[in-house]
Amino acid sequence: MSDTTVLPERALDMRDERLRPTAVLDRIRSGDLGVLPIVVGLAVIWSVFQALNPVFLSSANLVNLLMESVSVGVIALGIVGVLLVGQIDLSVGSVSGLSAAITAITYVNAGWSLWLSMAAAIGSGAVIGWIYAQMVNRLGVPSFVATLAGLLGFLGLQLWLLGSKGAVNLPFDSDLVHFAQLAFVPAWLSYVLVAVAAVWIFITGYSLARARRAAGLSARSTKVLVVRSLAVLIGLGFAVWYLNEARGVGWMVVSFVALVLVMNYVLTRTGWGRSVFAIGGNVEAARRAGINVKRMYTSVFMLCSTLAALGGLLAAARLAAANQATGAGDVNLNAIAAAVIGGTSLFGGRGSAFSALLGIVVIQSISSGLTLLDLNSSFRFMVTGLVLALAVSLDSVARRSRAAHGRA
Amino acid sequence: MSAILSLRGISKNFGAVAALTDVSLDVAAGQVVAVVGDNGAGKSTLVKVLSGVHSPSAGTITFAGAEVTIGSPAEAHTLGIATVFQDLALCENLDVVENLFLGRELRRGRLDEVAMETRSWELLRELSAKIPTVRIPVASLSGGQRQTVAIARSLLGDPKVIILDEPTAALGVEQTAEVLNLIERLRDRGLGVIMISHNMEDVRAVADRIAVLRLGRDNGVFDAAEVSNETLIAAITGATDNVVTRRASRRESKADV
Ligand SMILES: Nc1ncnc2c1ncn2[C@@H]1O[C@H](COP(=O)(O)OP(=O)(O)OP(=O)(O)O)[C@@H](O)[C@H]1O
Ligand SMILES: [Mg+2]
Repeated sequence: MSDTTVLPERALDMRDERLRPTAVLDRIRSGDLGVLPIVVGLAVIWSVFQALNPVFLSSANLVNLLMESVSVGVIALGIVGVLLVGQIDLSVGSVSGLSAAITAITYVNAGWSLWLSMAAAIGSGAVIGWIYAQMVNRLGVPSFVATLAGLLGFLGLQLWLLGSKGAVNLPFDSDLVHFAQLAFVPAWLSYVLVAVAAVWIFITGYSLARARRAAGLSARSTKVLVVRSLAVLIGLGFAVWYLNEARGVGWMVVSFVALVLVMNYVLTRTGWGRSVFAIGGNVEAARRAGINVKRMYTSVFMLCSTLAALGGLLAAARLAAANQATGAGDVNLNAIAAAVIGGTSLFGGRGSAFSALLGIVVIQSISSGLTLLDLNSSFRFMVTGLVLALAVSLDSVARRSRAAHGRA
Repeated sequence: MSAILSLRGISKNFGAVAALTDVSLDVAAGQVVAVVGDNGAGKSTLVKVLSGVHSPSAGTITFAGAEVTIGSPAEAHTLGIATVFQDLALCENLDVVENLFLGRELRRGRLDEVAMETRSWELLRELSAKIPTVRIPVASLSGGQRQTVAIARSLLGDPKVIILDEPTAALGVEQTAEVLNLIERLRDRGLGVIMISHNMEDVRAVADRIAVLRLGRDNGVFDAAEVSNETLIAAITGATDNVVTRRASRRESKADV
């Protein structure tokens, strides 16, 4: 039996005689690349670094690599949103730095409760996103320029808040720092989570297949669903086992993955997400379909800045300090690069939440590998720049190829 | 017949260009009104005013007996005015089902993909659409298939008035007949239909009344059953002596020889 069960009378969506099973190769050639380039790229990067330094793929280093990925990964998740609607936010680095400064100042210097200062930091992110949206919606300022202004302005605000000392340390015994440095999932619980994920994937897949069959549509066979969920069980199980050889899976990493899953759900399974893709594909068509484009821009920019603020908070927690360098330097470009390397198009309307996860792992792998080789940031910048250039070129070539093959 | 949709004195200016000047139009339930006119006569602009894309510079719109302002496409949808635009307004990166239900997805909090897909097949079958699968991006469809998708989309959600801007322009013989049949079915169901077309045969085949626009102004409303082609062409081009009639008489005189 093949991938799709053939009903006595052919399924409602399988009756056209021109339909043929699409070969994976055909799809790739036509520019529908999916996650393939990134998986290949990651395999190459990991093999090279492992060959140069055997510590690279050790459990301890991978545990660390994942923990280091989270803060910029969270920021990249917001970038995915703005890229999908065909806009850009260049100020996420500054916003994350500002958020770190706000947390440190209010929590340490002013003695607020941790939750309150975190809420203040994240809330300021939301306000910043709202301001950008107003500039774009009301004044027609291109988001590129509005956020470029923000990049400088909020960096200035961060430096001013931190004052002449330029750094505020967060106490090591605070929950926030503990969460970012020492909170790991107990081994048994990590396996339970993997099992839950596999079962969850099977159940949702099965109930969808049943609903489709009941409606007379083609559906995945149960066999395929079982194989898929077993693959997840074994793949994730192995990864978790390997990480558990060292300190294990950080709660921060689990939270990031959960955030990615939530974002993926929102983008692919809700009307809001559908509107996001529609606006990125054809704003005018989206507007004529009755979508309130301005309100969508507002929510997307607010989401992006809010996630940037959250990322800054986590960066400060990881470092146990907020200083002038938090969110500065390459954070901005790394976040944008992660989204693009992960497969979210700069041209709008294509991409997924998972690109933030995959992209940041690539970038962090490069960074970690070069650090292990004792090469300083100059090399990191060059290599990351090269990978970004590759990813963007691939995006453009794939777009042209899709156009030639009529796949948008 | 009482009009379900009437326009009075509608004007629309784009800067210095007066695209529509003092246009009036009535559509009754169960009536097909064709709007014809040369390129740039203002037909698409009229469509956009009715669908909430542009707001008129002057004039009033009455819908189902009440004066309304159509401030946005969403308001046009809620009123029950559905539109197939000349440029179709589809999202190329989305698939057929996603385009059909764009802006009015079923169960927006957790999309009901199964119901949307089944409904899509029903609709497309009703139009005898030749679309192999509804799960490919619209970019992969041919021009006529896209047009069918755009028409199918306007039928979702029980509109009272449906506006078709050149619905048959990209269609093959069979699909054109299908669309004309559909227009007749819509009329029989009691919908008001506004159809814009350059194809006089199609217009005559289905329209009850023909309204002519010329340079953004009303240039006569005719009863489709009675008006002659010459009169229509004269109204469209603005003169009895014009390129079209001269061409026709040239051919006639040749035939006489
Ligand atoms: N957005 C706009 N801005 C400025 N001028 C416009 C705009 N839209 C239309 N016009 C002008 O209004 C006039 C009428 O255009 P419209 O598109 O309504 O013509 P039409 O009758 O649909 O022509 P066609 O048969 O070619 O589709 C044209 O002169 C056009 O240049
Ligand atoms: Mg037109």
